[in-house]
Amino acid sequence: MSQTTHPPASTLADGNPTAAVRHDKSLLHHLQHNLREYGMLITLVAIMGFFQYMTEGTLMQPLNLTNLVLQNSYIVIMALGMLLVIVAGHIDLSVGSVCGFIGALAAVLMVEYNWHFVPATLVCLLCGGLIGAIQGSFVAFSRIPSFIVTLAGMLVFKGLALALLAGQSVGPFPSAFQMLSSGFIPDLFSVEGLRLTSLLLGAAVAAALAVGGLRQRANRLRHGVQTEPAGLFVARTVVFGGLLVYFSYLLASYKGLPNVLIVMALLIVLFDFVTSRTTIGRRIYAMGGNEKAAKLSGIKTERLTLYAFINMGVLAALAGLVFAARLNTATPKAGLGFELDVIAACFIGGASASGGVGKVMGAVIGAFVMGVMNNGMSILGIGIDYQQVIKGVVLLAAVLVDVYNKNKA
Amino acid sequence: MLLEMRNIRKTFPGVVALNQVNLQVQAGEIHAIVGENGAGKSTLMKVLSGVYPHGSYSGQILFDGQEREFAGIRDSEHLGIIIIHQELALVPLLSIAENIFLGNETARHGVIDWMAAHSRAQALLHKVGLRESPDTPVGQLGVGKQQLVEIAKALSRKVRLLILDEPTASLNENDSQALLDLLLELKAQGITCILISHKLNEISRVADAITVLRDGSTVQMLDCREGPVSEDRVIQAMVGREMSDRYPQRQPQVGDIVFEVRNWRAHHPQRSDREHLKGIDLNVRRGEIVGIAGLMGAGRTELAMSIFGRSWGQRISGEVRLHGQPIDVSTVEKAVSHGLAYVTEDRKGNGLVLNEDIQFNTSLANLPGVSFASVIDNGQEHRVAQDYREKLRIRCSGVDQKTLNLSGGNQQKVVLSKWLFTSPEVLILDEPTRGIDVGAKYEIYTLIAQLAAEGKCVIVISSEMPELLGITDRIYVMNEGRFVAEMPTAEASQERIMRAIVKAS
Repeated sequence: MSQTTHPPASTLADGNPTAAVRHDKSLLHHLQHNLREYGMLITLVAIMGFFQYMTEGTLMQPLNLTNLVLQNSYIVIMALGMLLVIVAGHIDLSVGSVCGFIGALAAVLMVEYNWHFVPATLVCLLCGGLIGAIQGSFVAFSRIPSFIVTLAGMLVFKGLALALLAGQSVGPFPSAFQMLSSGFIPDLFSVEGLRLTSLLLGAAVAAALAVGGLRQRANRLRHGVQTEPAGLFVARTVVFGGLLVYFSYLLASYKGLPNVLIVMALLIVLFDFVTSRTTIGRRIYAMGGNEKAAKLSGIKTERLTLYAFINMGVLAALAGLVFAARLNTATPKAGLGFELDVIAACFIGGASASGGVGKVMGAVIGAFVMGVMNNGMSILGIGIDYQQVIKGVVLLAAVLVDVYNKNKA
Repeated sequence: MLLEMRNIRKTFPGVVALNQVNLQVQAGEIHAIVGENGAGKSTLMKVLSGVYPHGSYSGQILFDGQEREFAGIRDSEHLGIIIIHQELALVPLLSIAENIFLGNETARHGVIDWMAAHSRAQALLHKVGLRESPDTPVGQLGVGKQQLVEIAKALSRKVRLLILDEPTASLNENDSQALLDLLLELKAQGITCILISHKLNEISRVADAITVLRDGSTVQMLDCREGPVSEDRVIQAMVGREMSDRYPQRQPQVGDIVFEVRNWRAHHPQRSDREHLKGIDLNVRRGEIVGIAGLMGAGRTELAMSIFGRSWGQRISGEVRLHGQPIDVSTVEKAVSHGLAYVTEDRKGNGLVLNEDIQFNTSLANLPGVSFASVIDNGQEHRVAQDYREKLRIRCSGVDQKTLNLSGGNQQKVVLSKWLFTSPEVLILDEPTRGIDVGAKYEIYTLIAQLAAEGKCVIVISSEMPELLGITDRIYVMNEGRFVAEMPTAEASQERIMRAIVKAS
């Protein structure tokens, strides 16, 4: 096999007389193919631009940007798990309640029983996994629709959280635990007014992503896989990398990168990898796309469903910890309605309610679309009443665009 | 003359389903329509009842001597043309009376008069000879009685032409007889009836005329009133097409027995008391292509799926052997690991993940084959898909094309690629050429021949008898959960197969 074949040669080699024509069309073709992803990103940028203008620059101020990250971290974390559940063809309505319940559990362990935060955190995550396993096994093995199982779970854990806290707010947490949400990565340099470590880390990640993208692209070309045109690739990498560096600069000029941003970023990378590159991710998509075909291809669909729910439970627990650490207290109302934001993030991000479709990056962008709107509208002083209305309309509009595109294709 | 259909032609993308079909039904007769699976019977009835509206076919429909253009089922029902499908359209949780008047309720201003409904239902049930309370939920009735409810429902709508599609297919002997008696009775009351059936003995008992369809056209209309029509004559008309070289030449090199199934039994997945597969023995030799013939509902797909990882049925018993050793095929994964592959008859429903591309579907049953430590190597996967695309000549814009947008033949090739990539030793192909065009069929046949030449065991399930005769070495004939005959293909003929089926039923 010739390892160094150039892309035009390989398209000609498959004997297709229209190869030359196709090459001309490839930019358009590629854009059409990936309209959804670019569209999402453009939407997010447009919304940010809109609020940046409307709030006269408040949105992108370092302090506010930091808040934006902190406010949305738990939604993003849960959206990662929810995306898998939705792709698998299910839904989880209990995540808000689980989030609140785990926060309550953490408060009881750390505040009332004075546990060290490490074992307490581990027990909380384990407990989240167990909750996911119980709900998941009802869905997978007893074949009860996930909507019903998790609706029940929503009530159960909301009630248990109330019971655990005896209706009171419990806090404050040990300061080491608070660092999870309110801490920033330590700065190694002492530059006036700038956390250089954070900026450098941001730049390093941007560089790593660029190199990774380049290598993947080279790999695809070597195997003759159709890939995006070079110009687009360069433009995308430069714009994306530039934005990354710019945001780290903004954050660095305040207190630096929040710890929770690092956790979130690592999870995003992990889940993007799992969904797009591993066999288990592939099997979840196959199961959501056509369960019968997946079964007849030897895929153990029950077990996969269980895994998706366990994963969701652990992430909901993590989100609960982050949220509790941020408020520095566990309240019976914590987690109320989170499930709706999380599910909305996935659908805005292009996931399909019937399963099999959806991307991690889409869900993340969807979560930030919701987050920026929340934040921007709050700054503008729009009441909570109309905020809800606008968010609802945006959700419907995003899915409408999806359905329209699908029917046209 | 009550009904006349003239020169009906109906095409689907790439397939001519009906071509120059003529049908003439006299008032007050029972008119049978016979033909092989896929001959176009159901399509013709869908044209007649308006499921395929006027304009989607060419030709004329005359009812009561007037040309009719049905835009939907409502139009045809309005004239009293009522069709009872093979899969009954009753709501199991509703009562008999509710089902009978569904969509046609005895109501004033939208308020149902249950008393009137009850007494009318009672009268209708009496007419069809069903002694059940109108309040009984339909789900509690057996299939035979449900059929009677369907007929009662038809009668409630002032039926003039009653169409029954394989009404006795799932009935036992007694229920079938009762149903046929009812049809004769309805005929005496002046109701015209079209009966679609495979069971020639039933047809010769009640039919006044028989129209034979073959490959989407009318072959013959036989009048039974001028003297009895022999079953042989009907069978000949049904299958009598010339066989040219529509199949690739091959020199079978058959070796020892590799794959064996012994005393295989399985029960219906919902009804554990109903034994669906009744002790089947089957063997396939190295390099052999074995066919399983039979009508729809004979249990062929169920047999294949129950063997393939118990994907169908419950209370399954029996033994599967490979090279003389019993193997465990209790899950699909185990079956695949022993070298079994099952290519489904329903490629859209059970075979492909339609919103994913060719590459995704090709590797699906053997993901470890394109991954290292559970991480998929995209390049490797792409190469594999590309490989099969070339080998099987899958026509597509690239292996990144969604399988949804492929033609039937190419979809089938993708499903085949998926299973070939698991390097199977035993391939079970269920209706491998259903709904695909002649050219693609030939390519699939060539591929099957090639697999056998490589020493694999191939089992082909097909409702198209010429296909089985053209490509197999040996044929099992299946009927109602049993193998009723086995013959070397060299000694087989369509008549012999048909006779074996008809004799058994």
